[in-house]
Amino acid sequence: MPFDLLVLSCLAYVAFLFAVAFVAERRASMGRIGWLRSPLIYTLSLSIYCTAWTFYGAVGYAARSGLEFVTIYLGPTLVFVGWWLLLRKLVVIGRQQRVTSIADLISSRFGKSNLLGVVVTVIAVVAATPYIALQLQSVTLSFGVFASETPEGWALPDRDSTAIWVAGGLALFTILFGTRNLDAKEQHHGVVLAIAVEAVVKLAALLAVGIFVVWGLAGGPGEMMARIDASAIADWELMPGRWAGLIFVAGAAVICLPRMFQVMIVEDGEERHMARASWAFPLYLMLMSLFIVPIAVMGLERMPEGSNPDMFMLTLPLAEGQGALAMLAFLGGFSSATSMVIVESIALATMVSNHVVMPIWLRLRPKAAMSGDVRRIVILSRRLAIVAVLTLGYLYYRLSGGSTALASIGLIAFVGVAQVLPVLVGGLYWRGATRAGAVVGLVTGFVVWAYTLYLPSLGPGAALSVAVFEQGPAGIGWLRPQALFGVEGMDPLLHALIWSLALNTAGFCVVSLFTFPGPVERMQGAAFVNVFDTETAGPQGWARGRAEPEALLVMTQRILGKEAALAVFAAEARAQGKEGYLPDATPDFVAGLERRLAGSVGAATAHAMISQIVGRATVSVEDLMAVANETAQIMEYSAELESQREELTRTARQLREANEKLTQLSVQKDAFLSQISHELRTPMTSIRAFSEILTEGDLPPEMVAHYGRIIHDEAIRLTRLLDDLLDLSVLENGSVQLNLGLANLQQLIDRALAAASHTRPERIFIIHRDLPSENLFVRTDADRLVQVFINLISNARKYCDAAAPELKITVRQRAGRVSVDFADNGSGIPKESQAIIFEKFARLTDQTRAGGAGLGLAICREVMANLGGTIGYLPGQGGAAFRVTLPLRLEQKAA
Amino acid sequence: MKRTRAPLFLKRGSYRKRRLRDGARMLPVLGLFLFLLPILWSPGETAEADTATDGLYLFAVWIVLVLVAALMAPGLAEDSAGDEGEER
Repeated sequence: MPFDLLVLSCLAYVAFLFAVAFVAERRASMGRIGWLRSPLIYTLSLSIYCTAWTFYGAVGYAARSGLEFVTIYLGPTLVFVGWWLLLRKLVVIGRQQRVTSIADLISSRFGKSNLLGVVVTVIAVVAATPYIALQLQSVTLSFGVFASETPEGWALPDRDSTAIWVAGGLALFTILFGTRNLDAKEQHHGVVLAIAVEAVVKLAALLAVGIFVVWGLAGGPGEMMARIDASAIADWELMPGRWAGLIFVAGAAVICLPRMFQVMIVEDGEERHMARASWAFPLYLMLMSLFIVPIAVMGLERMPEGSNPDMFMLTLPLAEGQGALAMLAFLGGFSSATSMVIVESIALATMVSNHVVMPIWLRLRPKAAMSGDVRRIVILSRRLAIVAVLTLGYLYYRLSGGSTALASIGLIAFVGVAQVLPVLVGGLYWRGATRAGAVVGLVTGFVVWAYTLYLPSLGPGAALSVAVFEQGPAGIGWLRPQALFGVEGMDPLLHALIWSLALNTAGFCVVSLFTFPGPVERMQGAAFVNVFDTETAGPQGWARGRAEPEALLVMTQRILGKEAALAVFAAEARAQGKEGYLPDATPDFVAGLERRLAGSVGAATAHAMISQIVGRATVSVEDLMAVANETAQIMEYSAELESQREELTRTARQLREANEKLTQLSVQKDAFLSQISHELRTPMTSIRAFSEILTEGDLPPEMVAHYGRIIHDEAIRLTRLLDDLLDLSVLENGSVQLNLGLANLQQLIDRALAAASHTRPERIFIIHRDLPSENLFVRTDADRLVQVFINLISNARKYCDAAAPELKITVRQRAGRVSVDFADNGSGIPKESQAIIFEKFARLTDQTRAGGAGLGLAICREVMANLGGTIGYLPGQGGAAFRVTLPLRLEQKAA
Repeated sequence: MKRTRAPLFLKRGSYRKRRLRDGARMLPVLGLFLFLLPILWSPGETAEADTATDGLYLFAVWIVLVLVAALMAPGLAEDSAGDEGEER
């Protein structure tokens, strides 16, 4: 095949990719995202894991080490099949925090630390360099294969210049589609669609070659199996350490590789996409690996001794005269290499511009956040970074001589990026992981990796002298790069993997245990580790910032562009219920804005820029505690409200009761007035009637005397009633004059019994008394007390309805108080009436109407209150029973 | 901070979902075990060539993992939005 045709088809293919990317960008910019963001595109874009290393290198790997190549795909398979464990959390955090790269994620998790961002960026760039070199090398090799086959004897153009051309072309494509825009979120629909197309091309090419080999050359699967067992590959030996180690390192790499992180988390991270990819991506890997061994076996069988097994994908079809198939395979390999380089350089350029260039630029020109055109700087720095990354790759290619087997170069890069894994996993699941620990772990791992694997890979004498290899640096034997701590005879890769990760993890954990994280760090740690607890994801710490909305707008315009920034601010203003474009700079708004900016320039830079305007780079521990306490305070407040509510209910109940009582009292007062009028009217009426009769004269004298007596009696009754009323009102006012003195209680009761015997003297009462107990002296107003006793005894005489009435008087003395019980053996007072007997004019029955106006017990109550005692009804004594309680010694009231 | 108390026992549907998630967590462990199994029988100083059968075994395990993951994926995806609060 003419070399020109090859170059031409390459250019045509690239032009086709351009068109695809262009159409996708157009659709996306018109808002018709649709299928551009589907699980299928997502899964296909993940296939950049399979680079030219897979396409060409895996065959060579299989030819050299048998089935070991498959470990590189088994690790990612396990990671994706187990997406629920780690990837899901990563995707959710990536979306929530608007992560732009793996360096951004790590820096964001550990308090938006720029130092960490730089460390991860350096690791990623250094580890990616051999990988990019690998792609350049494979494309150059594949060109070489075709060139050497040219019938015209077309001399292979200088290999290095081929590599330069390839690198330059890739840089151009990447710059065109990777840095066209600076979106709110770092997404490149055009690039993603282009690599999805390339994923299909490389899978199709590999399957086509595989099917040709198995059915075309070997004669079917059964025959193929026999050939495999017969081939030299069958002699491979599984090395347990390498087998397990490579599965692990490949699993780690698929998470930590910058380009994988870019397509997996940054471009289109969504849980439903991840769910589909969890099985579809392993399926893709499986299909990619399916025909590797057959191709390697047939290549070894058919190709001449000494031909490069890495190129069997091309040389085998060519040797069999299948030019078109070789062409397809070439395009497949070309696709693998270009898609990897494009995405990798985009990812690295984002990291470099966000974590290295921007911070330096902001430090050099602190005012630039306000005045300079940040957008232009960012995009320019990215373009330069892309060129720089590809240049580095090219330099490594030149330096390493392009001779090493593809697979071993790839593994070096894998072990390098795997250094991020301990910090990443620790940061996602361990709140105690600190920034200092992360820095120490990463730097340790990186240094050990560089010393034991990366630098030696350049060849003895290139970076490390031969003496260092054999005797160790400065003759220290246990520091030999490939026999650290005296571990000799180990596979160099496994040696480097174990030592770098072990020291890395140890440094990370130990330093984390002994350091104290800063406030922002602690907040971010909580937000990351508890990402599924929505309640803790809130606070961002701009709680007391005094930001000028206008300054914020100016700065946002510099990063997002004028229209986008205005739209964001207008939407927020509307949400706050304001007109125009300037919302209040509430903490929520500022935090949201920071996350949005972080989507463009990374968390650390966005944080730094915002803090320049808000005027406070850090939150204090007090702020943090305040935020943390907010919830507790709200809880407390609501508990307080609850108790207040209860108190209010209680007060309302009391008020209701008081109201009821007042209403009752009002009713009682009315009743009292009508009662008293009635009571006064009855004697008055008879007095008037009889006095009228008397005034008419001519009555017999005995009649006059009789009527006079009636008038006299009625007047006495009237006087008594008035006396009682007067007495009651005096007692109620508390203005009664007490005649205090010592009195023997027994004598008082005697007096009362004697006086009360005038009431219904026809009734014979049996009085039960315990004389010795009554024999005590009380200091009180004796006359008043006797008045109470008389009242109680005469009540008993009046109302006790027993046939053989008895009255029991019991005296008890307890704690300075004396209680006297009067209990008869009648039917007692019904329960519902017990409450009212002490009210004025309360008469239970009208059966006797004997004396009194129903004021007796009311007066008793008042008297006892004045004597510092009480009178109450004792229920359950087998009859009516009253208890009078009074102090043994009543002191004169101060008033 | 008071967490809303999770119920002690779940309805059948929720119970199934939880177990599905448990399964999703166990699957990679099972896969790792099966992928590491060749270590036990392959450092084979066995005379007969067994590379082809080893390969077949690995690809068979691979396909089974893909199938199981494909069966579980829809169930995991649909409810992951619903009750994330339960997860920590």
